[in-house]
Amino acid sequence: MNSSAAFVEERNPTDWQSDAMQQRIRKRYAAERRFKALGISAIILSAGFLAFLMIVMVGNGLRGFTQTELPVEIDFPAMTGGATADQFRGANGPANLRTLGVQDIVNTSVQIQYGEEGSELFSAGGWQAVNQEILKNPQIVETKTTLYLPVESEIDVAFKGSGSETAENKVAELKDRLSTGFNWNFLTNSDATDPMQVGIWGALKGSLITMFITLLIAFPIGVLSALYLEEYAPKNRFTDLIEVSINNLAAVPSIIFGLLGLAVFLNLFGLPRSAALVGGLTLALMTMPVIVISGRNAVKAVPPSIREAALGIGASQMQVVFHHVLPLALPGILTGTIIGMARALGETAPLLMIGMRAFIATPPGGIVEPATVLPVQIFLWSDEVNRGFVEKTSAAIIVLLLFLLTMNALAIYLRNRFETRW
Amino acid sequence: MTGSILFMLIIVLGGIAWFFGRVKASRFSADNKKRGAVHSLPNYHGWYVALWAIGPALLFLMIWNMASPALITDAALTSPAAEQLPQDPFARGAILAEARSIASGQQVQAFNPLSQSMVEPYRTAISYYRTLGMVAALLLVFACGAFGWLKLKPELRARTKIERVTMLLLLFASLIATITTIGIFVSLIFESARFFSMVSPIDFLFGTEWNPKAVAGPRGETGFGAIPLFWGTVFIGAIIAMIVAIPLGLMSAIYLTQYAPPNFRAWMKPILEVLAGVPTVVYGYFAALTVAPALRDFAVSIGISGASSESALAAGVVMGIMIIPFVSSMADDSIAAVPSAMRDGSLAMGATKSETIKKVLIPAALPGVVGGVLLAVSRAIGETMIVVMAAGLAANMTANPFSSVTTVTTQIVKLLTGDQEFDSPKTLAAFALGLVLFIVTLLLNLIALRVVKKYREAYE
Repeated sequence: MNSSAAFVEERNPTDWQSDAMQQRIRKRYAAERRFKALGISAIILSAGFLAFLMIVMVGNGLRGFTQTELPVEIDFPAMTGGATADQFRGANGPANLRTLGVQDIVNTSVQIQYGEEGSELFSAGGWQAVNQEILKNPQIVETKTTLYLPVESEIDVAFKGSGSETAENKVAELKDRLSTGFNWNFLTNSDATDPMQVGIWGALKGSLITMFITLLIAFPIGVLSALYLEEYAPKNRFTDLIEVSINNLAAVPSIIFGLLGLAVFLNLFGLPRSAALVGGLTLALMTMPVIVISGRNAVKAVPPSIREAALGIGASQMQVVFHHVLPLALPGILTGTIIGMARALGETAPLLMIGMRAFIATPPGGIVEPATVLPVQIFLWSDEVNRGFVEKTSAAIIVLLLFLLTMNALAIYLRNRFETRW
Repeated sequence: MTGSILFMLIIVLGGIAWFFGRVKASRFSADNKKRGAVHSLPNYHGWYVALWAIGPALLFLMIWNMASPALITDAALTSPAAEQLPQDPFARGAILAEARSIASGQQVQAFNPLSQSMVEPYRTAISYYRTLGMVAALLLVFACGAFGWLKLKPELRARTKIERVTMLLLLFASLIATITTIGIFVSLIFESARFFSMVSPIDFLFGTEWNPKAVAGPRGETGFGAIPLFWGTVFIGAIIAMIVAIPLGLMSAIYLTQYAPPNFRAWMKPILEVLAGVPTVVYGYFAALTVAPALRDFAVSIGISGASSESALAAGVVMGIMIIPFVSSMADDSIAAVPSAMRDGSLAMGATKSETIKKVLIPAALPGVVGGVLLAVSRAIGETMIVVMAAGLAANMTANPFSSVTTVTTQIVKLLTGDQEFDSPKTLAAFALGLVLFIVTLLLNLIALRVVKKYREAYE
């Protein structure tokens, strides 16, 4: 007793102003500032990486939307032997054009102006631009016209940036005649071996068809199972099994779905390889769990009072669900669906498994025809040796990212506009 | 194409049936004004007739589609051209399959002249059975639709019946996920079993040489030792990617939840989430085009040997960046779940914010963070495009991050996009790799979910 009282008397109050204490506090505050700086630098690093990625893609890709051109003067009256503009109007136009031999006319004109080796300066399929020009504006076949045709890929690369030595020399030679034009081919053509002639329309159309099938299958199934699990499912082992498999499917690597598609849809059911139908089915199985999970949350968010009110005025259980709960939950379900679809749109690996990596030079006409999709097209182009494909790959990536951005913006808009908080 | 037109036609006819049923029901509802005389609303009667019209016809078409290939083959075999076919069942089957695919327009040119002779019988048989099926289906639509329509009367419990069918539909829809899971499991196990009948599982799981050949070598070696692939997968997905993703993700989450002003947080969180939304093929292209050459030049400049243009580091770093939002959102959730009393208590004792975070919040949130990291690992090892495009194909067992390694997913893609013999062990090996991947990701997910759940319960 005595000793403890003595202890209390001996103890001095903490001297906060002492040097040792001040130093400790300074140290602790410095640690605090360091920690905070670490946090902000982590964020800046992550966001900086995103910005870097975007800048690289846009920087490379914008060039893919343009092409380098050289003027070619074509003396149509002299070379066609007096073709008239009327021949190329109306339904017979394309047939008449085929007999005209545009390719030879263009080749001759090129050789007149650029010498014997002149054709090598131009992209091999470039004369098709003249075809399109004639169909669009038949008047030109009666006059002497100057048209701008795309140059050969190496010269294109050299003019836009830096290319091989021979190409650079040619660019220096032609410097004042080369010009840049918008590359419409890129938006309307399909895959090709010449980077000057490739386009994304074939892949884009394949993507749209595939997405349509995915939506057609995944949306109804996803919504119906979300409704079942939230509104009807009894609490038992069977329901647990369904829940576990949905949560598990959402975490299965996408390539496994590709293996499933290969083993079941192609080998067991004998569906055609490379078809948008199989791609759509495979992606639907992948997207469905995402829709179910978001759908369940949306259904869960509908307050019970609405169900009770509907039941109270005599609606059947089914009427409550389909007339009241579903419409109220729909914005939430749609948001989840769009996010799931955006993920499916960017998916590549499972589609490689089911053979959607073939060289497809014509846009698919139906759901069982060989097709490819935008991400797979990007993958295929990234493998090309020709340097002309670098900018085309990045340009295709820009298109893909634009689509994803639009879909996500739509999802955010839907969420903000229609989602009610009770 | 005729199949989908027929389908559309049946759906349209179903719509017409709905209309007729509804009209009839509206009429007798108007006649029976007494309360309760008509059991269901006209709409349900419409649906009742439509279901009668569509249901049996679609069911018939489904069965028909399964049964008709056998009938078509039988019919084609009765043709005179079939007499020249070889007796050997394998050669016979190959010719018939080729003829069928030409006749149905999937293939243009025959390799075997015998198949060409079989095309015509096939074509006639196909068109005969197709027409037969079409006519029968349409007849079914009309007959059953009429039957349903005739059954309509005021006291018919149409709503109850419709609701029962809808209930079955709901149940069926929710079963699809289970069926898919079972389908994945069964197909992987089935194909893997065929693979393991050719290559011993021990050699596959513990062999160290990966160099798949279609035929075994002189000493029986098959080159299906998957250890280098497992190492490459772990090296890229669980080591390099996590070294990038854990600090960046965790620190981002901590800053955004503990320090950032609300405005900054509202902007920054979605921006970071964009990282998870960028398609993996874009990351792969970026890794191969920009990151990998830069890293190789760097390695060469500081004198590291064995630097290649496809490196584990390039794939791992880019994958780690892709995973950042994943880690940060899991960390965010688990930090937010720590009771605020613990945090307030620490601050009240005079600890600074960073001391509170380091000594109280993180230890308390650790199980949740660990669960999140496990989920991130499971996602990283299943990731395909980045490694396919940036990690390379050489099965090296090396810890040098600048050299090329290969992963399970890369090899699955490589094995399945080359030759297309379905029975060769090279193709089947892809399914065995897929099975390993599936089981490992499944286990990681189950463990992670259990850890997270346990920890949530601890604070509730």
